[in-house]
Amino acid sequence: MAAVKETVDHVRSIDVDQYKYGFVTDIESELAPKGLNEDIVRYISAKKGEPQWLLDWRLDAFRRWKTMTEPSWARVSYPPVDFQDLHYYAAPKKTPGPKSLDEVDPELLATYEKLGIPLREREVLAGVEGAKVAVDAVFDSVSVVTTFKEELAKAGVIFCSISEAVKEHPDLVRKYLGTVVPTTDNFYATLNSAVFSDGSFVYIPPGVRCPMELSTYFRINEQKTGQFERTLIIAAEGAYVSYLEGCTAPKRDENQLHAAVVELIALDEAEIKYSTVQNWYPGDKDGKGGIYNFVTKRGDCRGKKSKISWTQVETGSAITWKYPSCILRGDGSSGEFYSIAISNGYQQVDSGTKMIHLGRNTTSKIISKGIAAGHSDNTYRGQVSAHRKATGARNFTNCDSLLIGDLCGAHTVPYIESKNASVVFEHEATTSKIAEDQLFYCMQRGLDEEAAVALIVNGFVKDVLQQLPMEFAVEAQKLIAVSLEGSVG
Amino acid sequence: MLEIRNLHVKIADSDKAILNGLTLTVKAGEVAAIMGPNGSGKSTLSYVVSGKEDYEITEGDILLNGQSILDMEAHERAAAGLFLAFQYPLEIPGVATMTFLKAAMNAQRKSRGEAEISPTDFMKAVRGAADKLGINQDMLKRALNVGFSGGEKKRMEILQMALLQPKFCILDETDSGLDIDALRIVSEGVNALRAPDRGMLVITHYQRLLDHIVPDTVHVMAKGRIVKSGGPELAHDLEKNGYAAYVGEAA
Repeated sequence: MAAVKETVDHVRSIDVDQYKYGFVTDIESELAPKGLNEDIVRYISAKKGEPQWLLDWRLDAFRRWKTMTEPSWARVSYPPVDFQDLHYYAAPKKTPGPKSLDEVDPELLATYEKLGIPLREREVLAGVEGAKVAVDAVFDSVSVVTTFKEELAKAGVIFCSISEAVKEHPDLVRKYLGTVVPTTDNFYATLNSAVFSDGSFVYIPPGVRCPMELSTYFRINEQKTGQFERTLIIAAEGAYVSYLEGCTAPKRDENQLHAAVVELIALDEAEIKYSTVQNWYPGDKDGKGGIYNFVTKRGDCRGKKSKISWTQVETGSAITWKYPSCILRGDGSSGEFYSIAISNGYQQVDSGTKMIHLGRNTTSKIISKGIAAGHSDNTYRGQVSAHRKATGARNFTNCDSLLIGDLCGAHTVPYIESKNASVVFEHEATTSKIAEDQLFYCMQRGLDEEAAVALIVNGFVKDVLQQLPMEFAVEAQKLIAVSLEGSVG
Repeated sequence: MLEIRNLHVKIADSDKAILNGLTLTVKAGEVAAIMGPNGSGKSTLSYVVSGKEDYEITEGDILLNGQSILDMEAHERAAAGLFLAFQYPLEIPGVATMTFLKAAMNAQRKSRGEAEISPTDFMKAVRGAADKLGINQDMLKRALNVGFSGGEKKRMEILQMALLQPKFCILDETDSGLDIDALRIVSEGVNALRAPDRGMLVITHYQRLLDHIVPDTVHVMAKGRIVKSGGPELAHDLEKNGYAAYVGEAA
């Protein structure tokens, strides 16, 4: 398999402790003053030319947020975040809004090129295997460009930044925004509701199978800036969409805050497949710097026989607090969660999912693979619950943890709750260590130690990698090898 | 070809000595058998030669083609042409056998500065070697050694040996866990690899393997040393009289 070879090559080609997306783009930004108060919320809303209803919605969330406290139940520890010492809005000066590609600052285009994200449609078209991917590129607080919009529009698909959607498709936004993750949901989601800047909006009309993969690429560049993106995806009756999210940030000594909200809505017989390759800067080898990734992602299988599938590859961030979940409301709906979470250095991961069975004959499946190396801590936290009306609900959960070295930790915290006697919930969990003997066996065949670890880990996560769209599976495989750099020896 | 000089080995971080001044030379083209009772240090010898890290060499040297290999890591020794057929081959879950074979072949080629094997040549080589060992295509798609029977695992070791074309092979109790038919297939696989420029060290408890893989020399090992050397007839002696005489002698 060529990908394994690439992984191996990749491991060899980079230095230990090197995060290759750690560069900073030198670009003039427009920053909101530091701190958070009602004026800042108004400032953000005004910058984006929002209607009154949305400003009111934000202010409502902000007032609520002031009464809330940060959650402390996760198995992570970090010094308190000073929410007044952050900028809540940062935008590259020369691009006030999404425009045609010709008007985008060349510095920005160069940044995305360096990240390997094709923003020029013809470059994508020239790509191999005819794999077309439409990209919405979000830089700090704003979307800089969205590709393939016209081609998508022909199919009736709306794919644009959420700011644009507020202007162009206000009825849809108003109808669905906050209906999966309400403004009152949790500390970070409420904060996001008050100050969210940009993100993607997708609407797939009834019966339409989205003709290409959609993706959003998030980049945090500015210092002392929080990124609060908001993504809203609606698949109408019988529609299908596959969506991928990627993220990187420069290497900085201070911690940066990322608190996103993603809402998915699947109506009758619709299907949404949402994949994430999260590669935020994880901090240096001593645990300095890195992104705090506090994210609320939730999908609502609102219609009967609808399906939402989350696949995530989590390799970055100093702290990850993230539980992509499914509300299985429609009868016969199904939810899936496939996760690979890798932690190395001093990273802390507390991630998992919630499968909330409300409808009859709803099914869910959870496959989680946690890999801990270095001094890191890796926790799977998952909730599976059945409402009393959820007759015939089924869940299958499999959580495997792999430890590399003896300074890291893996933890599994499942919550299982059923109010209906007919449901069947299964839970399997294993924890293992890469055995010295396995490594020696691979090395006796000629693989060096890091190649051997990469091979064994790739085998361990294979079930999940298979769920990713092909192009990204290869990327993810490389990323896994890179993330485990220096984890042995 | 392989020269072991006065080798003293103990388990790392302990005082437990396992090899006590072992000396052995195996020439190119020669098949040498090592026999000995349980606990005489046979498996340790195979691990130490192939570079496992759990041991400390306190004295002596190991040379492959005149070069000391003590400073080389396990994967470097492999690339230099040393192959160990494991007594208990390891399972690698999720990694298809085919993937593993290719990764190993290319890793060795790369460290020797050779180009990667082309997919066509690779498929051809694997098919040819697998057919001879009665390994079917389905098995090659499964994760390496996961759920394989004892006999299948041993055949897989010989398949790897055939593909990697090592200069020197160590077979550690390759006969253990094999029924008569599997023993014959595995032995034929090994015999097919006998060559004037290749040395082999066959470690076993029993004469029965040596009926199939007829050695040029036989060495008896006890308490971490070679205590007697001779021709194939020595193995028959042992089969008849047991190790008792040698265990006493070494003490």
